[in-house]
Amino acid sequence: MTDKPAEIMFAQACNMAMAKAMADDPKVIIMGEDIADEQGGGVFKVTLGLSEKFGTDRVRSTPISEQAIVGAAVGSAMVGYKPVAEIMLMNFITVAMDQIVNHAAKLRFMSGGQTTVPLTIRTTTGAGTGLGGQHSDMLEAWLAHVPGLKVVAASNPADAYGLLYSSIMDPNPVIFIENTPGYFVKGPAPAPDHVVPLGKASVPREGTDVTLIGYGSSISRCHAAADKLAEDGISCEIVDLRTIAPYDEETVLKSVAKTKAAVVVHEAVRNFGVGAEISSRIHEELFSELKAPVGRVGSGYAPVPFSPAIEKAWMFSQEDIEREVHKILG
Amino acid sequence: MAKPPRKTPAAKKSPAAKKSAPARKSSTPSKPVAKTTGGLKTPIYKATKAELMDFYEQMLLIRRFEEKAGQLYGLGLIGGFCHLYIGQEAVVTGLQSAIEPGKDSVITGYRDHGHMLACGIDPKIVMAELTGRASGISKGKGGSMHMFSVDHGFYGGHGIVGAQVSLGTGLAFAHKYKEDGGVCLAYFGDGASNQGQVYESFNMAELWQLPVVFVIENNQYAMGTSVNRSSAEDQLYRRGESFRIPGMQVDGMDVLAVRGAVEEALKDVRGGGGPVLMELKTYRYRGHSMSDPAKYRSREEVQNIREKSDPIERLKAMLMKQGVAEDELKILDKKVRKTVADAADFAEESPEPELAELYTDVLVEQY
Repeated sequence: MTDKPAEIMFAQACNMAMAKAMADDPKVIIMGEDIADEQGGGVFKVTLGLSEKFGTDRVRSTPISEQAIVGAAVGSAMVGYKPVAEIMLMNFITVAMDQIVNHAAKLRFMSGGQTTVPLTIRTTTGAGTGLGGQHSDMLEAWLAHVPGLKVVAASNPADAYGLLYSSIMDPNPVIFIENTPGYFVKGPAPAPDHVVPLGKASVPREGTDVTLIGYGSSISRCHAAADKLAEDGISCEIVDLRTIAPYDEETVLKSVAKTKAAVVVHEAVRNFGVGAEISSRIHEELFSELKAPVGRVGSGYAPVPFSPAIEKAWMFSQEDIEREVHKILG
Repeated sequence: MAKPPRKTPAAKKSPAAKKSAPARKSSTPSKPVAKTTGGLKTPIYKATKAELMDFYEQMLLIRRFEEKAGQLYGLGLIGGFCHLYIGQEAVVTGLQSAIEPGKDSVITGYRDHGHMLACGIDPKIVMAELTGRASGISKGKGGSMHMFSVDHGFYGGHGIVGAQVSLGTGLAFAHKYKEDGGVCLAYFGDGASNQGQVYESFNMAELWQLPVVFVIENNQYAMGTSVNRSSAEDQLYRRGESFRIPGMQVDGMDVLAVRGAVEEALKDVRGGGGPVLMELKTYRYRGHSMSDPAKYRSREEVQNIREKSDPIERLKAMLMKQGVAEDELKILDKKVRKTVADAADFAEESPEPELAELYTDVLVEQY
């Protein structure tokens, strides 16, 4: 890298956030499969150069042992380290769910506040490139359902930088979800001191007729749908949650109170998803003010298929968002 | 990066290994056993009289505490699951007596009351946690299976079989990274030794040469299934062999054998040798939990162990042989009973947690 580029890729942003966190705080250590430079700097190169810069004591390649990785990370977090554990793909988190759900999320509570677990688990996932059923799932709803965990998903490189830094510095266990196809998407480069607080949504587009609520990979499609809907005279506001749990309910309700209509959009399957929770809360708070019931867009209730033709059919799309908006606005 | 793993194949140094490999019979802990892999020794500790008295008092405290917990459970004052440590007292007493408080760390499973007492944690706040009171060590939010005392280097108290081994490996990683000279004692049972994540952690610990003693408390039964019914290799001290982790099998009913062996283990680990696996052969007199009628074994089997191998009686006999008067031991017993009675009173009289506590400590801040 030469001068600071005007634009960076999502993967670079994550790399820079970790580098800054490691430079700022010697308690930050990273562990995961193949993450050190000798092993390639991560399967998606997100940790490239970090072991060279900070040493293999702090940037540790591990055996392919998700339970041991998260277990060791939780154990060292309990005594004050700020480990960043990389679970290469989100489906592999299922292997470590015991350590995440039964330990990371609960140790503070069950110890009556004696312990904290300042752990970050970085993981990536996302359909659309033919990775199939065991390498593409969006499981954020599982994790958001567990009290004691924070769940974060960025939609652009600058947010990824600011949110990942905040996640690492947060005293709670945080699951930071990256998007595999989105790693190479470029966006404006953040200033080095750019920080995005957890629990705060953004409103990247203001509008008056309907609020599109999303996070991570759904935001770019929300923008595309909003452009298209504008041609039909429909003005969309977009709320980017950035933190899924605990999400910024205030910003969501404020926006929907203004537009009086909402569609929640995510890549995860629609059924029992994050959208169901948010939709339900909007109904509970704003039922009498709504022009129409809250709409939901998500992917099909089936495992992610391999074949490109049916994978596309499974995946939520820009057209699904447009259709849902037209449906609820009649 | 981590040092390369041990070069010496563990099997070379284990003349006993071949003989013990096909063992299918469950051996009772009545006879002293000392088998090792990897060349470690298991000498019997030579204790002073004062040390013997300390061990005796410690074991007695655990026993009386657990008996009282059993009573309170029967009276409905303790709810949930409650796993008593009666019969296993020599294990934790011997091990904990050898470590350095403030430097080393300890983690275990859900049968944790004895470990907490042996860490020097006030019996009152342990008992108050069992009764779910605000003055309990986890403010009544953890319960019997989930207790912690960071001040004592005690990191739980965990309810998922085997998971504490991975966490303990993390504690050991922190010791090594910090270079604080500390060792983690990671306790688990014979049942947990059949859990997958234990072996992920064995591999990582040896690979990274972490300062951890993996302690298998083999009380002969994984819930209701005996070791030889549940374990293809029932000589559990050998479970580290394919990771080049040296193992030792020790009579866990003899506090001096336990202390002697753990000193050797600690010497090896503190010397930078990486993890050591200890199997302590012991026996639990009560059911797996209070709700277990223990129909999987005969009354005679339990009675036989109680009569021949009870760790407290064994030490008592030794003390009397050394000229300690029975009256002196009676005074000690009285003192321990009073401590336990006071703990029970405290646990009954303390108020229940405020309802607002439900939403504190979920996150560091509040939702």
